[in-house]
Amino acid sequence: MVIQILALLLIVLGAFFFVAGTIGLLRFPDTLCRLHALTKADGLGLGLTCLGIALLAGSAGEVSRIVLIWFFVAVSSAVCGHLIARHVRRSARASTEGS
Amino acid sequence: MNSGLIFGLTGIAVFAIGLFGALVMVEPLRRVLALKLCSVGAGFLLVVGAWQAPPDMPDPVPHALVITGIVVMISATAVALALIRRLHSLERASDE
Amino acid sequence: MTDPLLIFDVILGLAIVALAVAVLAMHDRFAMIVLFIVFGLLSALAWVRLSAPDVALAEAAIGTGLTGALLLTTLHHIRATPPAPVPVPAGAIIANLGLCGLIFGGLVVAFLSTPLQAPGLALPVAQNMEASGVAHPVTAVLLNFRAYDTLMEVVVLLAAIVAVWMVERGTAQAPSPVMGEIYRGFARLALPAIVIIGTYLLWVGAYAPGGAFQGGAVLAAVGLLLLLSRLYRPQPAHRPLARLGFVLGTAVFAGIALLVASGGRVPFEYPAAHAKTLILLIEGMVTISIAVTLAALFHGREPEYASVSENHK
Repeated sequence: MVIQILALLLIVLGAFFFVAGTIGLLRFPDTLCRLHALTKADGLGLGLTCLGIALLAGSAGEVSRIVLIWFFVAVSSAVCGHLIARHVRRSARASTEGS
Repeated sequence: MNSGLIFGLTGIAVFAIGLFGALVMVEPLRRVLALKLCSVGAGFLLVVGAWQAPPDMPDPVPHALVITGIVVMISATAVALALIRRLHSLERASDE
Repeated sequence: MTDPLLIFDVILGLAIVALAVAVLAMHDRFAMIVLFIVFGLLSALAWVRLSAPDVALAEAAIGTGLTGALLLTTLHHIRATPPAPVPVPAGAIIANLGLCGLIFGGLVVAFLSTPLQAPGLALPVAQNMEASGVAHPVTAVLLNFRAYDTLMEVVVLLAAIVAVWMVERGTAQAPSPVMGEIYRGFARLALPAIVIIGTYLLWVGAYAPGGAFQGGAVLAAVGLLLLLSRLYRPQPAHRPLARLGFVLGTAVFAGIALLVASGGRVPFEYPAAHAKTLILLIEGMVTISIAVTLAALFHGREPEYASVSENHK
């Protein structure tokens, strides 16, 4: 019972950070600021949600799969953030050189 | 009210939106996306047709049909996109 | 007492419809494709709610992930020229709106008058699971009870790559974007893991959601990573190997059907003692074909010798 309440708290907290990241995505002025809000808040939200789900998991196999999912989503979202930021910087440089 | 009813109506709405887009849109890429929406809408109806309220198992035959449909749809999409790219390169060649 | 998950279903359904409208209404084509990917993922989530995890996996991997990659690479090719806006006459829009409204209304009436949760074919499938050679009903239907459909589907995939290679023969290709060192490092890290996940999905399909199509789509992601990171560059000399990959699934599938038929049985009526082995063999070969074909569809134009493409210009 205690574990279930703890898991629920972690998932709600994770959802809160996802919502915060989404508000940042909608409200911030330019791509780099939005990326900043999204990658940081979503990274925390993902970790908390995975922790909450792992507490509810039935077996060690399930827990290890959740950990793997967390790892790969975290790594690929970091790489995605890098690629978007890189593209923004390059196109900004190209447009200043062009004008 | 149940999940089947909700998502059945969702599927019909998505199908009608996609059909409208396919009829009205001019740009080829948009038309391909509109037809793709139609196929997802049709998939919704098949999955809803197979659905049983949770303790019961759903009917696996429509599920297999939808999986087949998804693979056929990506084949058709790939050919349509190749035609779009070809059309674009021909248009660019005729502009020069 | 309403189930709280029904509220979730209603919100999800409304979000899916809103996204479908937004996809078509979006002016920027890149944003349109990104919204379409979100739409596909939410549809997959809805199908999980309808207890169809196999379909959800296929839609997320093939219908959304790989289709999204195909759309983005096409946009990269044609981006140089934004399309000239062609005005559509208001009359045509109103007429089509009316027509689609009628179709929507008719479908809703038909849907509401159809009994939901009809018995269907779940019972006959469950009764014959023993004879199918696998323990997961969707895999049994795909590879045994309705194997003709699946064979034709693999043929359609083969036809698609033939058509794409023919359509794009000799066209100039926009240079692929440079992704940088971090992406290449990510590719090196992710490649072995993706191979394991794809093979796991194929293997687990015998008794749980998963199977040849989901596994093949995940393995196709290996091809996409290799192509985008330029760890592999398609060479003209590799074409025979690629062609072998394209036909492998169809050939093994049809070959086994003929072999079974030559033993005086109906095609796909696998002998019960070997059903599991035969299905796994077919699934393995079909997975390889799906992975190679989908990656080739992403790459598009067939790799040609320089002189050949010069002649066609």
